[in-house]
Amino acid sequence: MSTATDDVREDAPPKAPKPTKQQRRAASIADQASGGIKMLLIKIVALGIVDALALFAVFVLISHEQWLVTGVVVAVTALVNWIYFSRRKLPAKYLTPGVIFLVVFQVFVLGYTAYIAFTNYGTGHNGTKEQAVSSLMASSLERVPDSPTYGVTVVERGDELGLLVTDPDGEALVGTNEEPLHEASGAQFDGDVAVSADGWTSLKFADVLARTDEVTALAVPYSDDPNDGAIRTPDGSKGYLYTSTLEYDAEAGTMTDLSTGTVYSDTGVGAFTAEDGTKLLPGWQITVGFDNFVRAITDTRLSGPLVYVTLWTFAFALLSVATTFFLGLFLAIVFNDMRMRGRKYYRTLMILPYAIPSFLSALVWAGMMNQSFGFINQVLLGGADIPWLTDPWLAKVSILLVNLWLGFPYMFLVCMGALQSIPEDIQEAATVDGAKPWAVFRLIKLPLLLVTVAPLLIASFAFNFNNFNTIYMLTDGGPRDANAPIPVGFTDILITMVYKVAFTGQTRDYGLASAYSIIIFIVVAVISIIAFRRTKSLEELN
Amino acid sequence: MDASTRAHASVGGPGGGAPLQLPKKPFNFGRWFSATGWRHVVGVVMVVFALFPIVFVVSSSLNPHGTLTGSNALFSKIGLESYVRILTDPQVPFTTWFGNTLIIAGVTAVCTVFLGALAAYSFSRMRFTGRRFGLISIVVVQMFPQLLAVVAIFLLMSAVGDLFPAIGLNTHVGLIMVYLGGALGVNTYLMYGFFNTVPASIDEAAKIDGAGHARIFFTIILRLVAPILAVVALLSFIASVNEFVVASVLLVDTDKQTLAVGLTKLVSNPRYADWSAFSAGAVMAALPVVALFLFLQKYIVGGLTAGAVK
Repeated sequence: MSTATDDVREDAPPKAPKPTKQQRRAASIADQASGGIKMLLIKIVALGIVDALALFAVFVLISHEQWLVTGVVVAVTALVNWIYFSRRKLPAKYLTPGVIFLVVFQVFVLGYTAYIAFTNYGTGHNGTKEQAVSSLMASSLERVPDSPTYGVTVVERGDELGLLVTDPDGEALVGTNEEPLHEASGAQFDGDVAVSADGWTSLKFADVLARTDEVTALAVPYSDDPNDGAIRTPDGSKGYLYTSTLEYDAEAGTMTDLSTGTVYSDTGVGAFTAEDGTKLLPGWQITVGFDNFVRAITDTRLSGPLVYVTLWTFAFALLSVATTFFLGLFLAIVFNDMRMRGRKYYRTLMILPYAIPSFLSALVWAGMMNQSFGFINQVLLGGADIPWLTDPWLAKVSILLVNLWLGFPYMFLVCMGALQSIPEDIQEAATVDGAKPWAVFRLIKLPLLLVTVAPLLIASFAFNFNNFNTIYMLTDGGPRDANAPIPVGFTDILITMVYKVAFTGQTRDYGLASAYSIIIFIVVAVISIIAFRRTKSLEELN
Repeated sequence: MDASTRAHASVGGPGGGAPLQLPKKPFNFGRWFSATGWRHVVGVVMVVFALFPIVFVVSSSLNPHGTLTGSNALFSKIGLESYVRILTDPQVPFTTWFGNTLIIAGVTAVCTVFLGALAAYSFSRMRFTGRRFGLISIVVVQMFPQLLAVVAIFLLMSAVGDLFPAIGLNTHVGLIMVYLGGALGVNTYLMYGFFNTVPASIDEAAKIDGAGHARIFFTIILRLVAPILAVVALLSFIASVNEFVVASVLLVDTDKQTLAVGLTKLVSNPRYADWSAFSAGAVMAALPVVALFLFLQKYIVGGLTAGAVK
């Protein structure tokens, strides 16, 4: 019995004296004893599954030579086991699962974003230098005019196609796109041509026909040196040597175009570059320092959009909060009257916009606001031709209107709650003292209300600052700014701009998109620090 | 306007005193209007504003062969053909999208509540070093929404997919895991506040009776905080249904996508789209969420208000 009371003390408020070591041990023994055999079993099975998965992951990671990640997985697994087998670490037992996800998918990706912002990662720069070299060589292959004919058989290993090549000396070699030709073991010959080899399945003629595209795309490197060329086959039975019109000089790190004689060298910009500045793409990924940030701010074609997008983002977020809040507050005052009948029905109908997933509502509004076919122009305005979504300024107004529709129910509910929590006797006292109702509202109720809803207004601002769905579904950021080199429009906010730079259009610029992300991070951080300083809402934590 | 009508409103007597006096006076339209009648006018206007897009989409979903233009004549034709069309069109795997959305949002909601409740319990009931720091970090980290790091998430998941195809790019498990990155967040904070309202003496009594911390958590606390769990589950569910950015980037195949991604692509140009089929899809997609919302309305309003007046 005494152990149990000690146990209670462990979780008591901080003012209670710290339990001694002995008391803690007693407490944990009591805890263990009370857990029951079923709990213990569940715990062991769960940890067993976790460990088994971790073990599997470690094997896969080692086979891919990912040493750093392997180390992290081992360390985390060890930590998890230690926490759950330990008799203490009670808070950690409850926090660990959520924290692991938080660290990987919030904290780590944040750091990773910062890293990408300092690279040239994107279309044409998404691999290592070796990958760029082999891809360049492979993309410029031309058949050697006097190439001997090689007998080939198309073979398969798993999902991977390869070629079994018989060279003019009668030797059987095998290789794939990734793996240069090497001696085939256990080759069987049919006449002069090797037709099968150990570890490979030979494709039948019908299969070769069925997979013509894959077969003709095969280019098996002749040797480790990319300059030796590759064997390709137009028909799956005869192969020829193809060499690249580019020559790679590994020593000098240069690419030479044999047909024109132009020398492309690695000048540190992540691609082979000729003296006149032309680049061979694909290039490779390198760290470019602050280039992306500098580009975003100083390149006039990029900085113009960045400025108006940033201004609009602020305007959009502020106006969205202001309009929804004032409409919501007004409605809350209107409906906060006990004598009014049917308030419940009004409330239920009015909060419907809040209940519908916003991406659907925004798409519906986009249809209704269509200039030539939409409901608003055609029916409500009797055939008007108002460019709701295609005029730069009107599109902004439309967005604010739709966002008002989407957001006022939330503010209405919040203000309703806040108003009802303000004691009625405050108003009575003021009225007795002769205050006019407007004065009571402005000087007493509104300040009290603001104290309680201010944190929610800040949260709402933060939400709208990154309110992707409304913008993307309604106008897709349009109308498009034709002068900008990135696919940005006049109603884009920062987050939709990041998305477009990274994932739409012909070129994807992950580096620039991440740089924009980092700029937004900084803006959001500054705003939240100021906001928290002012509201001091963190003081409630203890 | 507002001030003067409020003056009338309070002349009748403050607070609850008013209704008692009313029956004694004969009905007077002017007085009724200035006291509550005008409120009904505002109410009707707002209800029309709130409902007309909904009426529009329901009407066009009942239009058998509606383009966007054809949908403008409200309820001119009634038929369920567009529902049949979107459910059976092999080009538009609506049911698959629906199922994907329910699975992803459902699993995310359940796991979010569970992970969040675990954390909220420890923050609320235990005192340990780093507790204050932990609470603040959770709030601060949440300031930076995941969609800002979408490039990094995409690259991370495509790297994971190279090693472990089962949880990498283009998998539902992967997407759910990314969403769970936000499990400890505002939700935990909301739950933490609610956990604090459950008296600690209940825990203590259970401990004296010999219950361990796990048993107290699972069998006692979780039941007492059920309302906030429902609210957080619903908010998380709606958030995942609504989530477009990460889902569109991670889910590559049409068959893997969610409603938000699929339906958006479907009407990327509303002019040429089969608008009534889209509307039918939108109605079906919105119905479960709206039903859930109205069903849990009381809790949601309570939850929001609790947040407001904290």
